[in-house]
Parts: sequence; structure tokens; C-alpha cells
Amino acid sequence: MAKILDKKIIRDPDVFYYKLSAPLISRKAKPGQFVIIRLHEKGERIPLSLAGINPEEGTISLIVMAVGKTTSEMSTLKAGDEIMDLCGPLGQPTHVERFGRVALVGGGFGVAPLYPIARAMKAAGNEVVMVMGARSADLLIYEKELSEVCDKVVVTTDDGSKGVKGNVITGLEKELDANKPALVLAIGPAPMMKAVCNATKPYGVKTVVSLNTIMIDGTGMCGCCRVPMTNGTKFACTDGPDFDGHEVQWDILMNRQKNYNPEERESFEAWKRRHAGAITEKAG
Amino acid sequence: MKPGPKKIIPHKTPMPEQDPAVRSGNFYEVMLGYTAELARKEASRCLNCKAPKCVEGCPVNVPIPRFISAIKEGDYAKALSIIKESNLLPAVCGRVCPQESQCEKMCTLAKKFEPVAIGRLERFAADSQLNEVGAMPEISSPTGKKVAVIGSGPAGLACAYDLAKLGHKVTIFEALHAPGGVLFYGIPEFRLPKKIVAREIENLKKTGVEIITNAVIGRLITMQEILADYDACFIGTGAGLPKFMGIEGENLNGVYSANEFLTRVNLMSAHSFPEFDTPIKRGERVAVIGGGNVAMDSARTALRLGAKKVSLVYRRSEEELPARKEEIHHAKEEGVQFEYCASPVRIVGKDGLVTSLECVRMDLCELDESGRRRPKPVPGSEFLIPADTVIMALGTSANPLVQKSTPGLSVNGRGYIMADPETGRTNIEGVFAGGDIVTGSATVISAMGAGRKAARAIHEYISRKNQGSVP
Ligand SMILES: Cc1cc2nc3c(=O)[nH]c(=O)nc-3n(C[C@H](O)[C@H](O)[C@H](O)COP(=O)(O)OP(=O)(O)OC[C@H]3O[C@@H](n4cnc5c(N)ncnc54)[C@H](O)[C@@H]3O)c2cc1C
Ligand SMILES: Cc1cc2nc3c(=O)[nH]c(=O)nc-3n(C[C@H](O)[C@H](O)[C@H](O)COP(=O)(O)OP(=O)(O)OC[C@H]3O[C@@H](n4cnc5c(N)ncnc54)[C@H](O)[C@@H]3O)c2cc1C
Ligand code: SF4
Ligand code: SF4
Ligand code: FES
Repeated sequence: MAKILDKKIIRDPDVFYYKLSAPLISRKAKPGQFVIIRLHEKGERIPLSLAGINPEEGTISLIVMAVGKTTSEMSTLKAGDEIMDLCGPLGQPTHVERFGRVALVGGGFGVAPLYPIARAMKAAGNEVVMVMGARSADLLIYEKELSEVCDKVVVTTDDGSKGVKGNVITGLEKELDANKPALVLAIGPAPMMKAVCNATKPYGVKTVVSLNTIMIDGTGMCGCCRVPMTNGTKFACTDGPDFDGHEVQWDILMNRQKNYNPEERESFEAWKRRHAGAITEKAG
Repeated sequence: MKPGPKKIIPHKTPMPEQDPAVRSGNFYEVMLGYTAELARKEASRCLNCKAPKCVEGCPVNVPIPRFISAIKEGDYAKALSIIKESNLLPAVCGRVCPQESQCEKMCTLAKKFEPVAIGRLERFAADSQLNEVGAMPEISSPTGKKVAVIGSGPAGLACAYDLAKLGHKVTIFEALHAPGGVLFYGIPEFRLPKKIVAREIENLKKTGVEIITNAVIGRLITMQEILADYDACFIGTGAGLPKFMGIEGENLNGVYSANEFLTRVNLMSAHSFPEFDTPIKRGERVAVIGGGNVAMDSARTALRLGAKKVSLVYRRSEEELPARKEEIHHAKEEGVQFEYCASPVRIVGKDGLVTSLECVRMDLCELDESGRRRPKPVPGSEFLIPADTVIMALGTSANPLVQKSTPGLSVNGRGYIMADPETGRTNIEGVFAGGDIVTGSATVISAMGAGRKAARAIHEYISRKNQGSVP
């Protein structure tokens, strides 16, 4: 059991912040790692990246985007509630060293796990640029927090309501042209990460991506998180989640992510019918 | 009912079972167990041999004639306590031991007739006490010593139980959210009901053993930390890593490792989706690659999920199938089709989904080093098995997490921990290991046996350390 100590709405109506009591995990966790949670006896196990690690307090924080059944159900939990199973830290920490100039690219919930990574990169003596995008200004998350740690934050919006008009790729390409970073690190939906890799390839910039495959155990036992790489198959939960984006076979990976789409919809619809109302009152 | 002194009953007393046509559509247990009457009838077949060979065939030397005599007398509680002298999990072993290559193989009767159904009787003894509040095992007074056990499979459970009885404080760390190892996430409900495993674990907790789930050692806690906090440690992390063949099409949707397929159902109850959240694809035509227990379990699980046709692809011939005879028999009865002397060469797909498995015929001519016939592909014999689901049951390899986080721990070329077979001792002082993580995939009873041997050695080690005489 892990107690929710704090919960906030980061972006209404679908992005939430949770602070969980996790003394042991917080002691060991490093940026780039993740946990697996299971809400209750009938729940599935889902992976969530660490968006904050506080060993002094014995807490970790997560930023969760409600996209389907489990994440929406989680969004109805409040401070004081408990999560049945919390397992971690899992995966390899993000490789942090002094690279020089590092560009972080975030989309969707991916902006949040980049926060501890940005801090670690900064602490290692890097110049850190954050490129983050959303459809419009009101959909941006974590901008303030990231501005506090990064040397520069580039905001892109599709509708031009804030920052550069366009998507993160537009923003990233400007950075690549102006002052080529030594490393690009991207977290977000797979199509975005693929596009980032396509953009950096001609510049020959090493590009690390954090892959969000489907997972069950997270310990290397089931093989469902396998990642097709040009040099063979790897497991996201034990070899990753960070991989060299230029080696990932994106089309196979994205196909695997879609595997359970019909079942995910079925499960979500059934839950919404059973919990009509729950989704509209997910107060903190 | 007294059998005549010399009259031998040639055949095993059949055990009631669910009709194959019915059971292939449900997840309830296939074998229904002996009634007391049937058990006593079967027990009466035992000759109560003076030098019982059957005991030698059992890896933990269950006192077989003694417990069978107790069944003959109708004292089932006594039968159970006799078995428990050497076997902590009789309800499990009675169901899943490969008896035909162990105890029953050595039974005197087996030379001319069918052996005594030792496994079934063991199961009966255990099940007969299912609803009894069994006597608490005697627990020695607390020694104040602490032992950590990593992994809650049969090896870890057995080791923990024996150490707890000796008065040591035992903590089991388990990576998953439920304890039991393969007994829980691998072996299906229809062979080993989860409530049996859960009950054994409840009994274990009564001895004071603490089980911490969601604790991945090597990530959450390192071995150094364990050694600083505990007097000794037992590693029973199993061989849980799935193998793939590295053939074309393996990452198509519809291709599962047996571990994933079985874990979704056993650990996550995906067969009850959407009541339970974890989904599984219910294939219509399923091809399972492999010939061991894991392959049989996958094939039979696929049938129960509603598959119309399940083909089991094995590269050698029927005689060489490594699975338990009973499982092969049950799989056939339920309608699994066996494709012998065939080996997959690639998985064919369309729009990202599996459509068929391409195989090549294997010729079994030359003998290899192990004396088994070596399969060789026959050129030009490729053929397609239409399938929307392919399950790889090719065996597993060592779980590397603990080894990686334990600098200096000796492992062999394949990543298994090197440990003394008699004591489980590794090259690091105070660290012991046993079960599949040492031997590679083996059996429940051998893992349990290894756990018990290690418990004895750990007890000796801590006691000596106590007196300050450890070198
Ligand atoms: C290592 C790792 C770290 C992760 N970290 C986070 C995190 O910090 N915060 C967070 O909110 N999520 C994170 N995810 C993704 C998260 O696990 C999934 O969103 C979650 O499993 C969805 O469960 P669900 O039942 O709510 O939705 P599902 O029913 O599983 O999915 C609903 C719909 O959302 C889509 N979807 C599912 N997963 C994703 C995804 N990863 N990206 C985009 N669309 C998706 C599916 O196509 C589906 O149609 C992470 C995933 C991995 C592997
Ligand atoms: C599908 C299937 C069917 C089988 N059928 C039979 C049968 O009919 N008869 C038979 O005798 N044998 C059978 N076997 C084999 C038998 O189950 C195994 O030999 C036995 O379970 C091994 O026991 P173990 O304790 O060594 O490991 P396991 O049972 O594998 O348990 C290891 C445990 O350690 C945990 N663990 C791993 N790494 C860590 C870590 N870093 N930190 C914490 N915990 C960790 C795992 O999660 C797991 O729970 C079968 C196996 C499978 C997979
Ligand atoms: S433990 Fe297994 S091998 Fe030993 S007697 Fe029982 S069934 Fe036979
Ligand atoms: S060898 Fe067979 S007949 Fe003899 S004691 Fe053992 S089980 Fe009974
Ligand atoms: S999630 Fe099971 S192996 Fe990675």
C-alpha cells in the first residue's frame, strides 16, 4: 500500500500530480526510472515515470495524464487514499554526465519526467535547453518548474497562442541550427519521438528516447515490453526505458503499442458507464 | 475391505476428472481428487516394501510407505504430517511433480504393473486436511538472528519455512505483487488452483515469516544492504527470463512469450477481462512452440480462452516431449494438435498482425552428445500453419537482476549462480542460493529440496557465526 499524500490538478481536466509516500523507493530512485502501480485487486499494472524524487521526505511524485481506464480511475483518487501496489524503482536511470549543451524535448505527459532529468543534467554541468510543445497555451504543463532549472525554455504551440508557432520539431530544428546540442533527449508520444529522431539524424546528434511500451511485470520476466532495435530485440523495462532513438524500429514499436487498443477502449467505456460522474469530480 | 495378501491390483485407481469437452471451456481444476474410499483402495495396492525404492526416486525422500500406511488406516492427518517431515508443499507436489520420472518410476510395482499412484495419494492426504486447522508446527525459541530470502517460489518458501521453525526471523522479498513464484504466475489454475498456493503461503506466515511484495532486490534494496542488515541471505529468484528464437516476425502483434501469456491469465486474471483490467487476445488459431510443461500449459490455456484450433509445434518426436506424461495426455484429450518434427523458421504477418507460422520439417537421424536424436531441417520442406496467435514456450534463462547488483558473486557462463548442490553455499560468505537460479529450469520439488538444504546450511552457518568460529 502506498499513501497519496498530496494530489493536484496540473491541467484541467486530464493531468494530475500525485505525491506518494515511498521511503524506500525515494532513497534509491534516479531520474529516468519509473514505478509500476496497481490500483486494486482487479487492476492492471501500469508504468509511470518519476516526476519527482525526495529522499529526505521519503516521497516520490508522479504526473499522470488520464488517457484510458486506469489513469482515469487513478484521477478519482484523493489525498489520503491508498494505491494497492507500488513497485520500483524500475528501469535504468537516464545516463547523466557533462555533455555540454543538452536539449530536452517533451510532449504530453513526457514533459514531467524531464523535470528531474533537467535538474540532474544541470547539476552535472550541462547547459540545458527545454523544448516543450502543446496545441495551445492553456494545454502546457510544468513550464514554470522547468524554467526554474533550465537555461532556456522554448515553448511551441500549434495555434501560435504562445512562443513559437508550430510543433516541438519546429522549435528543436531552430536549436539544432543555432547552437547544435551534444545530446537530445525526448520523452512523449511515440510519433513525436520518432519525428525528433528524424530531425536530429541529419545533424548527427545523439538522440535518447524514453520508450513507453506496454508492460506487465517490469522485471524482465514477460517480454511484452520488447523493443525492436536495429541490433536486435531489447526489453524496455530492464534495458531501458532509455534507448538510442536512431536505432529504434519505430513502425514495429508503434504497432506493438496499438495491440490492445480495442480492449482498452472497451475497458474504458465500461468503466465510464459504471462510474458516470466520477470523472467530472476529480477534486484534489 | 482387506486385500488378499499376495493379490496385486495391476492398475492405478482412476481419479475422477472433468470431462475433456467440458473442461477445455473452463479454468476449474481438471483432476477432481480421490474420495476417501478411492484413496484407501489405491493405498491398498502398496506393498509396503522393506527397502522402498520409491523413496529413493523422490528428490526429497518423502517416507512414502509410511504415509500410505496411514491412509490405509484412515488416519489422514497423520499421513499428512508424515509427508510434511520432508515435503512442505504436498498439495502442490501431489499435483505437479513429474511422478513418472521420480517416485512412481522407482515403485516396485512399476516393473510389471502400473506403479502405486503416489502423487494422487499425496494430494489426497493434503486435500483431506484442507478445512482442518492443522497443528501449528513446533517453532524453536527465537534466536534473534535474521535471514533474508529473495524470491517466493518453492525454493524460497521452503527455505523460509525451515529457518522459521528453527527460530530465525525470516523476511521474504518478492518482486511481484503476489507471492508463490511460478506456482502463482506460471502454472495455471486448472492444474494448480491458486487457493491451494495461497493457503500454503498463509500457513507459512503463521510461522512468523514476513513477506514483502513489490520488492525488486537489486533495484529497491541492494545485496550489500541486505548483508549489512541480515545474518544470511538465500537467493531463490528462479529462471524467469523468456527466450525468443530471433526469427523474422517475432515482434508482430499476436506473438507472445509463454511467460507473458500465462502471466496475463494467472497473475492478472486476463481471462476475466473486462471485469479485471488486464486484457489478452483470444486467438482463434493458436500455434505454440515448444514441448515442455510450459508449452502444454500455454496450449491448454489458449483452448480455454476459446481458440478453435491449437497446434503445438515441437522439433523432435513424441517420445522426446519433455512435459509430464499426464499433461500431454490431457492436452491431447482436450484437442491440442501435435505437430512433431517441425521447427519454426519465420512468423508471417499482415498489417502488423500474425497470419501464420512458417515451419520446416526436421529429420531425426544422428544422435547428439546427450544420446538424443539431433533434429536437422529438411531442405524444401517448409509449410505454413495458419495462426493469429503464436506463443513461444522455448524455455527460460536466469534472472540477472540480483547477480548484476552483487559484485563478486560467481555465476556460470549462462548467468546461473554457482552454488554447492549440498548446501547452496555461494562464493560470498553468508549468501546461499538454490532452485532454478542455480540449476536452470527444473521442478517444483527439486527447487524445494534445494531451499531446504540451504536452510540447514544457513542454520549451521549462523549458529557457528554466533559462536564466533566462522573463519
Ligand atoms: C516507462 C513508462 C513510463 C511512463 N510514464 C508515464 C507518466 O509519467 N505519466 C503518464 O501519464 N503516463 C506514463 N506512461 C504511460 C502510461 O503507462 C499509460 O498511459 C497507461 O498505461 C495508460 O493506461 P490506461 O488504462 O489509462 O489507458 P489505456 O486504456 O491503456 O490507453 C488508452 C489510450 O491511450 C493510448 N495510450 C496508452 N499509452 C499511451 C502512451 N504511453 N502515450 C500515448 N498514448 C497512450 C492508447 O493508444 C489507448 O488508446 C508511461 C509508460 C511507460 C512504459
Ligand atoms: C508454466 C510452467 C509450468 C511448470 N510446470 C511444472 C510442473 O508441472 N511440475 C514441476 O515440477 N515443475 C514445473 N515447472 C517448473 C517449476 O515451476 C520451477 O522449476 C520452480 O517453480 C522453480 O522454483 P524457484 O523457487 O527456483 O523459482 P520461481 O518459482 O521462478 O520463483 C522465483 C521468484 O523470485 C522472484 N524474483 C525474481 N527476481 C527477483 C528479485 N530481483 N527480487 C525479488 N524477487 C525476485 C520472482 O518474481 C519469483 O516469484 C513449471 C514452470 C512453468 C513456468
Ligand atoms: S514429492 Fe513428488 S516425487 Fe516426492 S513422493 Fe511426492 S509426488 Fe513423488
Ligand atoms: S515401491 Fe511402490 S509398492 Fe513399494 S512401498 Fe513404494 S509405493 Fe509401495
Ligand atoms: S514488462 Fe515484462 S519484461 Fe518488461
